[in-house]
Amino acid sequence: MTELGQTSKHVLEVRGLRKRFGAVQALDGVTFSVAAGEIVALVGDNGAGKSTTIKMIAGVEQPDEGDIVFEGESVRLSSPAIAEKLGIQTVYQDLALCDNLDIVSNLFLGRELRRTIIPGVVRVLDRNEMERRAMPVLNELGIRLPPLDTQVASLSGGQRQTVAVARSVLWGSKLVMLDEPTAALGVVQQRAVLELIQRLAQSGKAVLVISHNMNDVFKIADRIVVLRLGRTVAAFERGNVTPEQVVAAITGASAVEEVTS
Amino acid sequence: MTANIGQAGNPQATAARERSLMSRLLGGEFQQLPVFLSLVLIWIVFEILNPQFITSRNLSNLVLQMAEYGLLAIGETLILLLGEIDLSIAAVSAVGGAILAELAANNVNPYLAILAGAASGAIIGLFQGFWVTILRVPSFIVTLAGSLGYLGLLFVLIGQEGTVPIMSNTINAIAGNYLPAWLSWLFVVISIALVAWSVWRNKAARRSMGLPVKSSSTMWVRVMASVIVMILVTVVLNAYQGVPIAGLILIVFVAGFAWMSQSTTFGRHIYALGGNEEAARRAGINVKGVKIAVFTLAGLLAAVGGIVGASRLGAASTAAGGSDLLMDSIAAAVIGGTSLFGGRGSIWNALAGALVIGSIENGMALLDAGTSTKYLVEGAILLLAVTFDTFTRMRRQKLGR
Repeated sequence: MTELGQTSKHVLEVRGLRKRFGAVQALDGVTFSVAAGEIVALVGDNGAGKSTTIKMIAGVEQPDEGDIVFEGESVRLSSPAIAEKLGIQTVYQDLALCDNLDIVSNLFLGRELRRTIIPGVVRVLDRNEMERRAMPVLNELGIRLPPLDTQVASLSGGQRQTVAVARSVLWGSKLVMLDEPTAALGVVQQRAVLELIQRLAQSGKAVLVISHNMNDVFKIADRIVVLRLGRTVAAFERGNVTPEQVVAAITGASAVEEVTS
Repeated sequence: MTANIGQAGNPQATAARERSLMSRLLGGEFQQLPVFLSLVLIWIVFEILNPQFITSRNLSNLVLQMAEYGLLAIGETLILLLGEIDLSIAAVSAVGGAILAELAANNVNPYLAILAGAASGAIIGLFQGFWVTILRVPSFIVTLAGSLGYLGLLFVLIGQEGTVPIMSNTINAIAGNYLPAWLSWLFVVISIALVAWSVWRNKAARRSMGLPVKSSSTMWVRVMASVIVMILVTVVLNAYQGVPIAGLILIVFVAGFAWMSQSTTFGRHIYALGGNEEAARRAGINVKGVKIAVFTLAGLLAAVGGIVGASRLGAASTAAGGSDLLMDSIAAAVIGGTSLFGGRGSIWNALAGALVIGSIENGMALLDAGTSTKYLVEGAILLLAVTFDTFTRMRRQKLGR
């Protein structure tokens, strides 16, 4: 069990998030934090509020109550663009990639680099510069991809996930959130993606992972935050807990470990 | 076939390269291939059936015939790339032509009349784009309803007489005049120089950045092929009366929009939207803005097509903007390999598709085939093209994940 300390090392702190959708209380007090270089796993049953929590940090939804503190400052994330500007990148489960574009176009989607042809009038895409900038970032993370002009449609699930993660790295993010990053992958690919996530944390980013897969969680997470029925019910250090205990907390089968903020 | 991250010098790299060329061929990435092969086939068949087909005079005619829906097909291709459809372009083109003719009949400066005609199309496109993106009515309905409305507008503009003749020489020159041979060759030389320069510049840039340089063979085959086609077309057309101005307009618009779609951020965003609208939105692309702009451009291109059409006819008529024109334009885009599901296709291919449609119409007219045969054949080709598109899409989805 970890105290949710107030140290400024924490890249992200979430305090008492509440959200109601009509009659449904989706979130009812979610509290946790993620430090730089740390991997935190957010676990819980379906409907526990994991995705809603991530959406709030990504700026897709806004909480009714509660605080999101990013790098020591309370922030209002009223749109995804604002969250991205702060350095919050989300890799969604459905992989927001354009199948019909090649790898480099996806990496720079919405932030294309351009060069001027006629000053002040005509600027065109600078493909070469985009490739040149992408290479060192990909190499640093040990990312292996086919040639960058390969269409994403022809990539495997793992490679697509890699592109999505690489995209978040390329944009100098401080916090990367991944929603079920290994859900649709084969065994080998799962391992590759998990290693990639670990390297992401080693490079100093704060990483928040949603996962159903206890194996994955125990392989990579430094801390495990459990949500049940929209509340944070437990937070464990990986070393001090067994998968059974986590599952018990998820299902509410054992005495709940209350978390105080 | 470029960056092999972390595997430079890896023997697998070459194998991967060969495999990717193969899979590219099968995966339909060389979208041009089927349409060019069918074009060659069509020409051979018609030439065998009627040796009049491949003559300078007839090919020059063909260029004039296809200019109008070729222009419309550019706009339709852009719309299809978004995954939308525009059923109004034929009606919009008729309105553009009518406004041009009315203004010219009232002694307005012909250039001003041309501008006004084109602008009317852009305004209609803007209106439709607004309706589709802001009010979220499906484009199919907006443009179908619009199409009827614009035909009504056409009758208001032209009146019940049915035609407004165009007397202005300037306007009639669009489809009636030809470039002098020296000028057409100047354009050819400039185009070749531009293509060669951009290929060379790109290579130099990649080399200086330390990026892997594309194997030159494919690149040069492409460049040489386009140079040969340009020269051949110019020789053939100059053997008759020269390159028609309408043909020049068509090729300039095709080249310009092809460049826009491939080399600008706006073009990239059109493809992104067609590929995955949600991804585009999450990436911060102004989805609505891009859509509205594309509808506006499609309207503009339709009106420009209408102006060329009116010039060819020497009049604006209530008979313009019929369903033939609409079907020809959509067919040109789809036969060119542009997917109805969005995100895949190219402007150059629309030109190739327009050539296919134009060749069939022209060839059957030479053979004195009846309207019935013509419709049957065109319908069959359109159906085949769409079926092909659907199958490649299903194949991609199977392979994709």
